[in-house]
Amino acid sequence: MELKNIVIIGATSSIAQHCARHWLAKPCCVLLVGRSEERLARVADDLRVRSPQSEISFATLDFLDPLAVESLVRNAVTPSSIDLALIAHGDLPDQEQVQRDLAGCRDALALNAISPALFAEALVCKMEQTGGGQLVVIGSVAGDRGRKSNYIYGSAKALLDRYVQGLQHRFSGSAITVTLVKPGPTSTPMTAHLGDAGPGLAPVESVAQCIVQGVGKGKLVIYAPGKWALIMMVIRHLPRFIFNKLDI
Amino acid sequence: MVALASWGRLGSWQHEVTQLHREKGLAQVLADSAPGIAYGMGRSYGDVCLNPGGAAWKTRGLNCFIHFDPASGVLECESGVLLQEIQALTVPQGWMLPVTPGTQFVTLGGAVANDVHGKNHHAMGSFGDHLQQLTLVRSDGQVIHCGPDLEPSWFAATVGGMGLTGVISRVTLALRPVLGPCLDVESVPYANLDEFFELADDSERDWEYTVSWIDCLARKSRRGIFYRANHSSESSCVARRRQGMRVPLTPPISLVNRFSLRPFNALYYHLKKSRAGLSREHYQPFFYPLDSITDWNRMYGPNGFYQYQCVLPPEQRKDGIEAILSEIACSNTGSFLAVLKTFGQREALGMLSFPCPGVTLALDFPNRGATTLALMSRLDRIVAAAGGRLYAAKDACMSRDLFTSGYPGIAGFAAFRDPGISSALSRRLLGS
Repeated sequence: MELKNIVIIGATSSIAQHCARHWLAKPCCVLLVGRSEERLARVADDLRVRSPQSEISFATLDFLDPLAVESLVRNAVTPSSIDLALIAHGDLPDQEQVQRDLAGCRDALALNAISPALFAEALVCKMEQTGGGQLVVIGSVAGDRGRKSNYIYGSAKALLDRYVQGLQHRFSGSAITVTLVKPGPTSTPMTAHLGDAGPGLAPVESVAQCIVQGVGKGKLVIYAPGKWALIMMVIRHLPRFIFNKLDI
Repeated sequence: MVALASWGRLGSWQHEVTQLHREKGLAQVLADSAPGIAYGMGRSYGDVCLNPGGAAWKTRGLNCFIHFDPASGVLECESGVLLQEIQALTVPQGWMLPVTPGTQFVTLGGAVANDVHGKNHHAMGSFGDHLQQLTLVRSDGQVIHCGPDLEPSWFAATVGGMGLTGVISRVTLALRPVLGPCLDVESVPYANLDEFFELADDSERDWEYTVSWIDCLARKSRRGIFYRANHSSESSCVARRRQGMRVPLTPPISLVNRFSLRPFNALYYHLKKSRAGLSREHYQPFFYPLDSITDWNRMYGPNGFYQYQCVLPPEQRKDGIEAILSEIACSNTGSFLAVLKTFGQREALGMLSFPCPGVTLALDFPNRGATTLALMSRLDRIVAAAGGRLYAAKDACMSRDLFTSGYPGIAGFAAFRDPGISSALSRRLLGS
């Protein structure tokens, strides 16, 4: 039997790692892509123990270099086809700091918005050539409405929202499905510095489970956990004169 | 600051929580936030994992497997991996944890730090007996690799060392081969302690697992149900349904109380007595009977509960247990989950390990304030007089004297403490 081909960009992210554990419950052929070889090796070793029959490899590159992204997807990715690709990388900057530091602001926007879009473009191009596949992009509830405490991160995620919308439009009725995941605040290394918000964070295991279930059903938008769909609907619809008075 | 509690839910206290996510850079995290204590799943009952007002280092993020050799059964992984994850991975491959406590929802690091034991102590010893290597990260940046033949004194201090010698980041352990997930279980009712000890002594040779439930409220008799089991050569038995029950909220009063307990215990005894005999069971309900009820600790209401577990030396076993049970029966408080079991004739390797030859009794008491504390201090006197000790992983209130008299290894332990690590328990029982 041919193994399912999976590509995970930002594979050392906690959410990606937990999704991979679910997907690899059945043997798969997986390419893990990240920025740090040492961290990728840790994730790869873990997955090898959990799924000894899977074929697991990893690759590192500069996430903002379009040529590197293109050549990785063209060459390193399994020659046959990509059944499932997850784009999971991101970094939550300190909002106040990036308001003052424009270079940091640029980097945050580039890493959270431009880089995932580059990977997505290269991946769907490959999927188009090989006859289909499922692309999953991790956005955020922060992209649903801008607010003062994280709008630089949020606006980058909002770009992904519109971007995925465009891809969904482009590939409607084709064999390519594109899914946007919007996790609520999740307990991961990215949110570790939030400290006080600790109890409000969802465990990464349940967020990953929610994503894997939604992806399995071929959903186009997944809020994880599901309650965020309701919360964000309320937040999106709050009149501005009320919303702008809220300290959130 | 984030509120953290332990499994006994005696309260919740604010902690400066740091999530540990990888081994690299861990020493720096410890140095930046010390003094603190490692916190895994919070499944210990008392204050061994708590450091109110100070730092708690959550280890659950260190949850990667590193290597597993299905030929030898040797597993290396990070310390935040759950015993449940290990069993789920290895049982289908013919391997199992050689020693496992009554819940599989504990981290590997917690199992080492409390040198946990299981129902097969007489055959397999405690958790520490199966370790090959530990990696210990200290708040001064030192990283110590230790094992039975490598820095053995660091190893002995860390196994059962309650997390006080450093943060355990990585563990290598040897699993045991099994034919499948099934156990052949026999349950035998007993009517008094003589019968219990006879059953326990007779079963040690031919049965790997022995444990008993005892009705701690029956005034006259010391009745209970003795369970013994061996790994089965049959491989078909039904695993538990994935979704068990859940205690959805904390009731305003303890559901375990003097009105509910006596009839409940009587019912349980007669039900189990009528079904006594041989059966084949999946390992999960036998090893982890309470894991199927999520948040079962809420049953004790908003005030939580104390767990009391002592071990008494062999020569005192009958009189000592009799004295403890009489004291409890008179107090009209007590527990449904009273467990009586003999330990084998082997000392644990940890300086502060709990298991030692004798008999161990574990009970839980709903927290009724001063009444419960007074009862436990009466029990403490019986344990002290018998030359026994209490299990620190369950304890929230023993006196420093009882700890010192119960654990002679304490004298050599101080040299191995990490000065950047402190818990509520270490301040209570070790002075810092």
